[in-house]
Amino acid sequence: MSRRPPSEFSFSRRALLQRTLLGAAALGLVGCDRLSENDAVISLLDSAETLNLKTQRLLAGRESLAVEYPASMISPVFRPNGTVDPQTELYRQLAANDFADWRLTVGGLVRTPLELSLSTLRGMPSRTQITRHDCVEGWSAIGQWSGPVLGDILEQAGVHDSARYVVFHCMDQLDGQHDYYESIDMVEAFHPQTLLAHSLNDEPLPVGNGAPLRLRVERQLGYKMAKYLKGITLVEHFDDIQGGKGGYWEDRGYTWYAGI
Amino acid sequence: MPGRSSNQNITRRLRHRLPVRVWHWINLWCLIVLLLSGLQIFNAHPALYWGSASNFDAPWLEMYAMRAADGSIDGMTALGPWQFTTTGILGYSGDSVRGFPGWATLPSYQFLSMGRLWHFFFAWLFAISGALFALYALLSGHFRRNFWLDGHDWRGLGRNIINHAKLRFHDHAGKYNSLQKLSYLSVVFMALPLMIVTGLCMSPTINAAAPWLLDLFGGRQSARSIHFITAFSLVLFAVVHVAMVLLSNPLRQLRGMITGRVPRSSSSSDSESPS
Repeated sequence: MSRRPPSEFSFSRRALLQRTLLGAAALGLVGCDRLSENDAVISLLDSAETLNLKTQRLLAGRESLAVEYPASMISPVFRPNGTVDPQTELYRQLAANDFADWRLTVGGLVRTPLELSLSTLRGMPSRTQITRHDCVEGWSAIGQWSGPVLGDILEQAGVHDSARYVVFHCMDQLDGQHDYYESIDMVEAFHPQTLLAHSLNDEPLPVGNGAPLRLRVERQLGYKMAKYLKGITLVEHFDDIQGGKGGYWEDRGYTWYAGI
Repeated sequence: MPGRSSNQNITRRLRHRLPVRVWHWINLWCLIVLLLSGLQIFNAHPALYWGSASNFDAPWLEMYAMRAADGSIDGMTALGPWQFTTTGILGYSGDSVRGFPGWATLPSYQFLSMGRLWHFFFAWLFAISGALFALYALLSGHFRRNFWLDGHDWRGLGRNIINHAKLRFHDHAGKYNSLQKLSYLSVVFMALPLMIVTGLCMSPTINAAAPWLLDLFGGRQSARSIHFITAFSLVLFAVVHVAMVLLSNPLRQLRGMITGRVPRSSSSSDSESPS
C-alpha cells in the first residue's frame, strides 16, 4: 500500500467503500470455491447428512409409505437419466437375446445364494405402485412400477444377522470405466415399497429406464435407484467396493443418504 | 454520522438486544449461503413447474441457451409465454450453459453435490437459530413490544406508505413504523418458515412422513416453485432493507446492530428509526 503514488488515495470514502465491498465479494467467491475443495470443510458440511438421516428416520419411521398417485397423473414420458443405453459388452450381449440369458444373482451374507431369471422374477408375486420419481437435479416424473418386493427376495435368500447393507451391482458404466452401483440399508431394503421393478407403465422396462430390472427406493432420490441390475450382495460394510462410499455418485461427492 | 452525534450527547441507549443482534448476523450469513447454494442446485435443472411432476413441455420459468443466426450463443429466459434474451446473466454466461451466473452460485462452477452440502448444513443452522430466535422473541415480549401493530399503527399505515413513497422515513424515536412492523413480521413468521417447509416438501422421505404437506402446496414441483419465489421475495426484502439503512444514517444503524447501542442524539431531526 505505502509504495503506491498518492494519487491512488484521492478517491472518496464512498469509492473506497465500494472498492472494498467489491474486493471482498471477489475474495468471497474465490474463498468459497477454495472452501468447497477443502476436505475439512467438506467433512464438516457433510455432518448434516447424518442429521438428515437421523431426523428423517425419526419423522418417517420404517413403514411410512411414499405417496401413490392415480393413473391419470402418470407422466406422458418418463424421462430417463444417467445411462440411457449401456454400451458394455455384457449388456449388449444380454440385450441382444432379450435378456433370456440374464440372471440376477443374490449373494454375500445370505444363507441361500440365488440366481433368478427374468421369467422367474416376472412370475413372482409382485407389487404395482404409481409413484413419483425425484431426480437430484430437481425434476419429478410419475410412473407405474411393477415387480417383486425386495424384502421377499431377501427373505427367500435368508439374510445373515451381520448384514447391514444391500449393494446393487449394475451392468452400465456412466464413465466408461466403473460399473454403476448403489447401496441401501436394511430399513430401506425391507420397506414395503422397495421393489425390483421389471415393468414401467404395464410394459417391460424400457432400456432407457433400466431394462431388464431396476431398483425402486421410493423415499429417496433417483440416483439411489440403480438400473440395469445384475447382482445383489448383502454386506456388513461397503468400504472395499470401488470408492468405498456406497455408490457411483457417492464416490463422486453425493451423499449416501438421499432422503432430501 | 457518529462524529456529529459525539459532539452532542454521548449517552448511549440500547437499540438492539444481544439475541436480536446475534441472530441478525447469523441469519445474514445463513441466507447468503443458502441463496448461493440454492441457485447452484437450481442450475442443475433451471426450470420450474406447477403440480406434482415436471411437465417438461410447459415450465413456467426456464433458462436455456440457443444458438443465434450468426453462430453465437444466446442465453434465454422464458417466463410463461414470454422469452427474453439474457446472455451473460441467465441461461448462458462465462462461456457455459447455466441458469444463474458463476458469481451467484456456490461454488461458482457447476458442482451440484457441493451445493447440496452447503445448502443442507446451512439449512440446519438457519432453522435452529431461527427457531431459537422466534422462541426468544415471543417469550421475551420482543415481538409484542416492538412489532405488534396497535390501532395507531393501522390508522397510520396509509400516511406511512405515502411518506415512504416520498423517501421520508422520520418516525417516532426508536420505534418501528407500521410498514416496518408488517414487513418484519411477514419475513419472520411467513417467508422464513415458508422457506423451511417448502424445502422439506421437496424431500421424498418427508413426503412419506407428511403427505399432507404436498397437498398444502399443490405437489412437489409447486413446492419447488414456491421455494424459489419466496427466496426471491427475501432477496427483495434484503434489497429494500439495505436501501432503507443506507437512506437513514447507515453507520449509525450498523453500529446499533453490531454493538447494540447508538449515541443518543438530542435533535429529533436525526433519523431515529431503526431499519
